[in-house]
Amino acid sequence: MRFNRIGTAIAGIGMVTALALTGCATGEAATENGAGSAVITTNGSEPQNPLIPTATNETGGGKILDNIFAGLVYYEADGSPQNDLAESIETEDAQNYTITIKSDATFTNGDPVTAKSFVDAWQYGALLSNGQLSSYFFESIEGFSYDEDSELTGLAVVDDTTFTVKLKQPESDFPLRLGYSAFFPLPEVAFEDIDAFGENPIGNGPYMLDGEGAWQHNVKIDLVVNPDYEGGREAQNGGLEITFYASQEAAYADLQSGNLDVLDAVPDNALATFEDEFGDRAINQPAAVFQSFTIPERLAHFEGEEGKLRRAAISMAINREEITDVIFEGSRTPATDFTSPVIDGYSDSLDGAEVLEFNPDEAVKLWAEADAISPWDGQFSLGYNSDGGHEAWVDAVSNQIKNTLGIDAVGAPYPTFAEIRTLVTERTIQTPFRTGWQADYPALANFLGPIYFTGAGSNDGDYSSEEFDSLYKEGLAQTDPEAGNELFQQAQTVLLTDLPAIPLWYSNVTGGYSENVDNVEFGWNSVPIYSEITKG
Amino acid sequence: MVWYIVRRLLQVIPVFFGATLLIYFMVFALPGDPIIALGGDRGLNPAVADALRAEYNLDKPFIVQYLIFVGGIFVGDFGTSFSGQPVSDILARTFPVTLRLALLAVTIETVLGILIGLFSGLRKGKLFDSSALVVSLLFISVPIFVTAFVAQYIFGVKLGIARTTVGAGAPWEDLILPAVVLASVSFAYIVRLTRTSVIENLNEDFVRTATAKGLSRPRVIRVHILRNSMIPVVTYIGTDFGLLMVGATVTEGIFNVPGVGNTLYQAIIRSEGPTVVSFVTVMVIIYLVANLLIDVLYGFLDPRIRYAK
Repeated sequence: MRFNRIGTAIAGIGMVTALALTGCATGEAATENGAGSAVITTNGSEPQNPLIPTATNETGGGKILDNIFAGLVYYEADGSPQNDLAESIETEDAQNYTITIKSDATFTNGDPVTAKSFVDAWQYGALLSNGQLSSYFFESIEGFSYDEDSELTGLAVVDDTTFTVKLKQPESDFPLRLGYSAFFPLPEVAFEDIDAFGENPIGNGPYMLDGEGAWQHNVKIDLVVNPDYEGGREAQNGGLEITFYASQEAAYADLQSGNLDVLDAVPDNALATFEDEFGDRAINQPAAVFQSFTIPERLAHFEGEEGKLRRAAISMAINREEITDVIFEGSRTPATDFTSPVIDGYSDSLDGAEVLEFNPDEAVKLWAEADAISPWDGQFSLGYNSDGGHEAWVDAVSNQIKNTLGIDAVGAPYPTFAEIRTLVTERTIQTPFRTGWQADYPALANFLGPIYFTGAGSNDGDYSSEEFDSLYKEGLAQTDPEAGNELFQQAQTVLLTDLPAIPLWYSNVTGGYSENVDNVEFGWNSVPIYSEITKG
Repeated sequence: MVWYIVRRLLQVIPVFFGATLLIYFMVFALPGDPIIALGGDRGLNPAVADALRAEYNLDKPFIVQYLIFVGGIFVGDFGTSFSGQPVSDILARTFPVTLRLALLAVTIETVLGILIGLFSGLRKGKLFDSSALVVSLLFISVPIFVTAFVAQYIFGVKLGIARTTVGAGAPWEDLILPAVVLASVSFAYIVRLTRTSVIENLNEDFVRTATAKGLSRPRVIRVHILRNSMIPVVTYIGTDFGLLMVGATVTEGIFNVPGVGNTLYQAIIRSEGPTVVSFVTVMVIIYLVANLLIDVLYGFLDPRIRYAK
């Protein structure tokens, strides 16, 4: 999962270091060369890891990688995959894939992009001892191991433009994943000195680094157009200047003053006003980010039938509309399922979805039923990291639970993201806790399997349901996406009954752009589609 | 004087070890595993986490980590950040920026503060004095982030006469606005300190004597009043310079200055031991040197201190 540290870990004043734009001087000089050559200035954050596709799992680095690399496919704004380097991706059983790539693509150092460039990069990313943060992306390929260094035996190079992939089990959404950065190819030079490569990466995408040292740490990175790129994302502008901001407030001030062309993160203190200020040039649309809180079954009063009743009661005690309006100024969308409205197969009318509606009477009734099984005692507290701007909504949710159910409910702040994640990972946290999920690729399955499948890597609540597991697996085995989505929706009805996590809302992407640019559209993953933006 | 300076410099050694050990321990004792946080909301595969922990020596006991770190410093290796950059590079990149910001702020607050304070003191009770007192009270009471946001909005967004954020390379002209904001609070204190000292000195015997000797008014003010009034002010400025080097976090965040405050804040959030400790070490040294310079300056302002044993 690619996570947004600004969103999940840090908020408020003063964060990373960063710097503003070289601004007008550069921009004007470039405009003189004619339309299409002007550089787009936009916000970003200092990549937390070297710029190696499989080492990057956060948005700051991801935004850069997606622009300097081209994978087998890329995603349209609505999330539908389009072939980028792939000529074709074929399968008959959703388990064995034959991938053919275009024959004339090159890296920006002149090396050809071959089937081997993909296979080598994937082998590197998957190898345990390489310590790549995105290694889990290869877990479904045959040969992958979490326990020891192991070759991906499921990968085989057929010829320069063809390779085959064998998965451990059928997974029909595998082709959908291939636009994620972990699956980008690498040139051979990368493996000679991966550290040096991570500092000055050589890609094959619509943009490339503006020479050695184009990445000015904590300040900005300059990207120029890669003239050899011939895929569907050909740049309509002269390049990108991605400035790393310490705070969203600083970036917003730059947008207001015209120093910044495109912003994809409006600070909380401007949420109430930015749509008035930017009018048509304001962006506020749902993103592939699902927010929830998890109540593990191991907690007292939350196991078995009693737990189910209590979870449903708590869910119905929350007025999601009110919180998204009042606290988030409409920058969240109340949840109606466990995925996101931007994903194909999303539904706002699943069986059992009424459990996500505010219904105090029913909540009280269910809570009383649970009390009949075993009387409630103690306090309901909701854990969150106080460095992530969660306090306001946690307090609101706690208050609503308190007022509706008449129990003692409070927020339980932990100072840092690291602290709460450690407690969650070690299963030592003794309260319900906030959870969030940002999709890696636009597929329903990506919101379900990693979080709720028995034993899955992010199953923080240790949820286990045979019914859910089998529906999910069956969905993955379908080669027809429609049929697959049908099963994933059924799997979600199981979740709506058990509520392993209480769905809250989907985050919206909020942003804006200056009068100097046109054709600004935000992709399914909340990142502007930079290659299409024109300026001047 | 020389011995005095040497003795002060020798004090740096225990302070260096004391401070680094303490800070290292505090970072080490921070709750939560920084490596787990690298995974985001998705948990990190335990084997990958272990590999990363080993890479950053986080799997070793506290004292071993500390010794590795300190040992590295003596051969010029300050360790690496989680993003793989040598901490020495980060230091070399951020300190000059903050140093420039602090110098600019100190210059602004010193020049303006002393001038206004002097005039206020000389015209005690008059309109200028009363206005200066009100304005300085205002600057002291308003939190710095408010001053910063207001200044950014008015001069950057509305009037467009200053950059809303600091440009790449942090050129001097971009630093002026943040420096003014940073200087505003200390400026107010300097005005008040200077004013009080000037008023005290005006009634001193040596001022009366100097005037009686027939010295011109400007000379009396410059040599006798101002020089004697500077001792508390210089002390304050010295401390303030140290504070500015360390405490500009809020202002650096708002104006997006790629300086020390911002970087340190980020490193603390990520529990990056080597980065935090290296930064703090350099800060400690700057603080010590700034204080040493102040003590030496005293000698020039007040000969009694110079000759005292």
